[in-house]
Amino acid sequence: MQEHDMSWVRTEMALAQPAPPTERGAYAWVRKNLIGSVGDTVLTVLGIAIVLWILPQVINWAFINAQWTGPDRTVCTTVAQGGIQPDGWTGACWAFVNAKFGQFMFGTYPVEERWRPILVAILFVVLLVPMLIPRVPRKGLNALLLFVALPIVAFFLLVGGVFGLPHVETPRWGGLLVTLSLSFVGIAVSLPMGVVLALGRRSKMPIIKWLCVVFIETVRGIPLITVLFFASVMLPLFLPEGVSFDKYLRALIGVSLFAAAYMAEVIRGGLQAIPKGQYEGADSLGLGYWQKMGLIVLPQALKLVIPGIVNTFIGMFKDTSLVLIISMFDLLGVVKQNFADPNWASPQTPKSGLIFAAFVFWLFCFGMSRYSMYTERRLDTGYKR
Amino acid sequence: MASQEILREEPNRGSFINDPKIRSLFFQTLVVIIVFGSLWWIVNNVIENLQRLHIASGFQFLRSRAGFDISTTPIEYTSDSTYGRALVVGLLNTIIVAVAGIITATIIGFIVGIGRLSQNWLIRKICTVYVEVFRNIPPLLVIFFWYSGVLAVLPAPRESYHLPFGSYLNQRGFYFPRPVWGDGSWLIGVAFLLALAMAWFVAHRASQRQMTTGQQFPVFWTSVALIVGLPLLAFLLGGMPVTFDFPKQSTFNLTGGFQVKPEFLSLYLALSFYTAAFIAEIVRAGIRGVSRGQTEAAGALGLRSGPILRLVVVPQAMRIVIPPLTSQYLNLTKNSSLAIAIGYPDLTATAGTVLNQTGQAVEGVFIMMIAYLVLSLVTSFVMNIVNARMALVER
Amino acid sequence: MKHIAIGILGAAALGFMASAASAGTLDTVKQKGFLQCGVSTGLAGFSAPDDKGDWKGIDADFCRAVAAAVFGDASKVKFTPLSAKERFTALQSGEIDILSRNTTWTSNRDSALGLDFVGVTYYDGQGFMINAKKLPGVNSALQLSGAAVCVQSGTTTELNLADYFKKNKMEYNPVVFEKLEEVNAAYDAGRCDAYTTDQSGLYGIRLTLSSPADHVVLPEIISKEPLGPAVRQGDDQWAHIARWTYFALLNAEEAGITQANVDEMKTSTDPNIQRLLGTEPDGKYGADLGLSNDWVVNIVKAVGNYGEMFERNVGSGSPLKIARGINALWTKGGLQYGPPVR
Repeated sequence: MQEHDMSWVRTEMALAQPAPPTERGAYAWVRKNLIGSVGDTVLTVLGIAIVLWILPQVINWAFINAQWTGPDRTVCTTVAQGGIQPDGWTGACWAFVNAKFGQFMFGTYPVEERWRPILVAILFVVLLVPMLIPRVPRKGLNALLLFVALPIVAFFLLVGGVFGLPHVETPRWGGLLVTLSLSFVGIAVSLPMGVVLALGRRSKMPIIKWLCVVFIETVRGIPLITVLFFASVMLPLFLPEGVSFDKYLRALIGVSLFAAAYMAEVIRGGLQAIPKGQYEGADSLGLGYWQKMGLIVLPQALKLVIPGIVNTFIGMFKDTSLVLIISMFDLLGVVKQNFADPNWASPQTPKSGLIFAAFVFWLFCFGMSRYSMYTERRLDTGYKR
Repeated sequence: MASQEILREEPNRGSFINDPKIRSLFFQTLVVIIVFGSLWWIVNNVIENLQRLHIASGFQFLRSRAGFDISTTPIEYTSDSTYGRALVVGLLNTIIVAVAGIITATIIGFIVGIGRLSQNWLIRKICTVYVEVFRNIPPLLVIFFWYSGVLAVLPAPRESYHLPFGSYLNQRGFYFPRPVWGDGSWLIGVAFLLALAMAWFVAHRASQRQMTTGQQFPVFWTSVALIVGLPLLAFLLGGMPVTFDFPKQSTFNLTGGFQVKPEFLSLYLALSFYTAAFIAEIVRAGIRGVSRGQTEAAGALGLRSGPILRLVVVPQAMRIVIPPLTSQYLNLTKNSSLAIAIGYPDLTATAGTVLNQTGQAVEGVFIMMIAYLVLSLVTSFVMNIVNARMALVER
Repeated sequence: MKHIAIGILGAAALGFMASAASAGTLDTVKQKGFLQCGVSTGLAGFSAPDDKGDWKGIDADFCRAVAAAVFGDASKVKFTPLSAKERFTALQSGEIDILSRNTTWTSNRDSALGLDFVGVTYYDGQGFMINAKKLPGVNSALQLSGAAVCVQSGTTTELNLADYFKKNKMEYNPVVFEKLEEVNAAYDAGRCDAYTTDQSGLYGIRLTLSSPADHVVLPEIISKEPLGPAVRQGDDQWAHIARWTYFALLNAEEAGITQANVDEMKTSTDPNIQRLLGTEPDGKYGADLGLSNDWVVNIVKAVGNYGEMFERNVGSGSPLKIARGINALWTKGGLQYGPPVR
């Protein structure tokens, strides 16, 4: 032991000095993030210029000069074009969107029956929200209701013809109703199909493997439009005389087949990520093939690829807009169809309608992609698509 | 579809039902019977339907006169040409827009992807907004936006924007002078090829020299000088054999010169910008996949941030980037079929017209599918070669 | 999972699948209780949905007339909107029972495409429309050399256009779109100098442009476009019903029978009118066709005679204001001529 001379030791802490002014507050942040170097400064100036150039124009057009309500095209056209706006005016014609909102949502679904799609939408949200929140229990029952019970209930509600509900034929469906129902049913059908195809592709039976590979690679190699063409033009010729499918169903078949091939690849990724030990463990317990897959492998694999499935769903949701090419009226189709309405023909109408459609699509897709990122972080399995 | 028990090696229980080989054989036979049975049923139905409805069939129509015109024709085509030629024109148009789109999308995608990792807050945010906007709207809408945007912003032909070198920009497209190759222009071609070969040689020698002596050689600028200079020299020596056909104003449109139609422009821009958003994400993931130690080690060796990115980070990131990049290229090629919505005569559009004029839907859709499949396979093949090369470089 | 998929597909298939026996179209139509009619995706005056989704126009009304003849009830008809590309396969495959979609009657369509045209409900011809404000001084299609021309793909229009410019040794620049709306939008945005389609269509489209007054339809008609309904080949009875519905509309106009006076006309003693309205003592002209004897009464009550149908949808009673012209009855110097019912 040695004695220390403690006399020089401070008895109280030195006062904390503030960081130098260049290293704190807004200035430091700006210095670090905006004008770190000469190149950075140039980029910043360029960025500010771009923002200043675009933003005022957008705000002016979309909000300040926009027309929100109105009876017909006069509110959205200048005097020279036969309207009431001063010459040189440009602004969004939200009045058009406002007037056609019902059509954009439901197409030409009869007005007095529109409570039916609304009810289906409410049921969907009620079942979907607990499904998405990880803490809520009873996921199995929930999934059963969402993916089995809901489609059946929704089918009878939307189509009608039973329980005194008037029949509404599918050519009258339109707008967001078609977009959402096509993509939801598409996913509900393509998920099991994708599982079967993925299992088939990893099968050790050569013929089954070969058939699945041919199907998956063929569908993935051709554009959806071709698949839709195929479904709308050729499918009727495949069936015996006198049997024909509804156009909506044909589009559904096309979209589902297409999505199933992509889904199969996503699920295959999940199957490959499951360690071999899991398969062998199941085998050693004496489980049969379907027991092994259904109880051990698939539950783990599907959980792994939830983000991939959501991404496929986003892709499918966006792709449903292509059905307008086979003259079905999804959201984009209805919006475009309404450009031809003489009551609303104006130079601003197409822009406003397209931006509205883009906004709706964006809202859905952005929400879904955020959810997918959230689950990815939560599961954090290191699986990357 | 069917089950299998092949993983389980069991002693023979004396029953056929539990023998995995026999079960596997049984299920495969069953599937083959079902699949080929339904195929046969479908083919049979098609033949029967076609006969019953007196619809012509076969591929003879490919040799008959098309009778319609196509707006963009990379090869000679008139309404007197055959349906077969019309389909070839469509296929070429698809390839042109796909290749142009792939190049531009890759460039924009890399810039934005690197921008998302920039030190600069503003640049980072702008790039994020770009990616989030374009990734989350359907490509069809992006195409419509570009098309109506292009048509709305550009002036009518009579008020064309005059651009340098005798080019013009208006609603009917982008016009620029078309070179007319006169006698002796072969010399320029030869000079160009020669310059390419020399540039390659210089690069090869320079890298050898750097390997042995560590001395660098300005390969890039030498190559530029060679590739620009040699053909220019040949042009001057050959007595300036090339003249230019300038676009001129006529009653309706500009005539002469080379015209890039707004349909092509908007499809090309839309596909590039849409796909670039996805490529940016791939690039970002790739760069973040390169461990930080690599950057720091390169910095410790005294490399500046430019060479670090070029020589250390990007080559390693490429290994992660290439496979998803391939699928984006395939997506872009497939999305080019949306051309039909804005009237660019790609394969889908021309095949659709042919299908409608001849009424032979089965053959039309069949040709379309085969053509896209071949395109996809070729793209995959090329990218696999690139991938293999990258893997070697990485080692 | 697999069972779920099959369940859903099965339920959907039951609801959507329209199965029909391979017997005659008339029997299948009667059995399912409505007529499935293929129309356009929206062409004012011919077939276009109004705000409530009801189809209006001369082509839609023709289907109503057939439904009235078959069922005695014009509301028993369902409409399927079809693009130019889909229309023929939809009919060939039995998805629709009759195609009434401003379709031009050509020999190729009658033979190689498996269709059977019923008659010409509207004699049309292809014309051009230009923006007179932007192109002053152009008053003939022959001045269009070098112009960019907007046209819809997959139509006879596209072929006629190529032929016309070739014949007159003029250059042009085709701008081809899949859908009518897209052609309209591009023309309105100034992408083309001229717009070509059937003249009746041009008048309808002009109404939907952002400034209709600026545009003029040029006088030239460059082709014959006999537009009419078509049925599947090989079902004579059904073709007869469609054909005679059309003739009945013409004969009713010729005999002066209108929607308003059809009931009083039933008491007429004119044997011609009696035969037409099925009031002749033991005439069974309707029954011979497979219909009821008062089929013409039902048709006229539902949609009026041909003239009324024309004026209401495309003529003076509509925003299109197209003159009867060659679509007048033969007695008034037009081409519409209905063989007699007897």
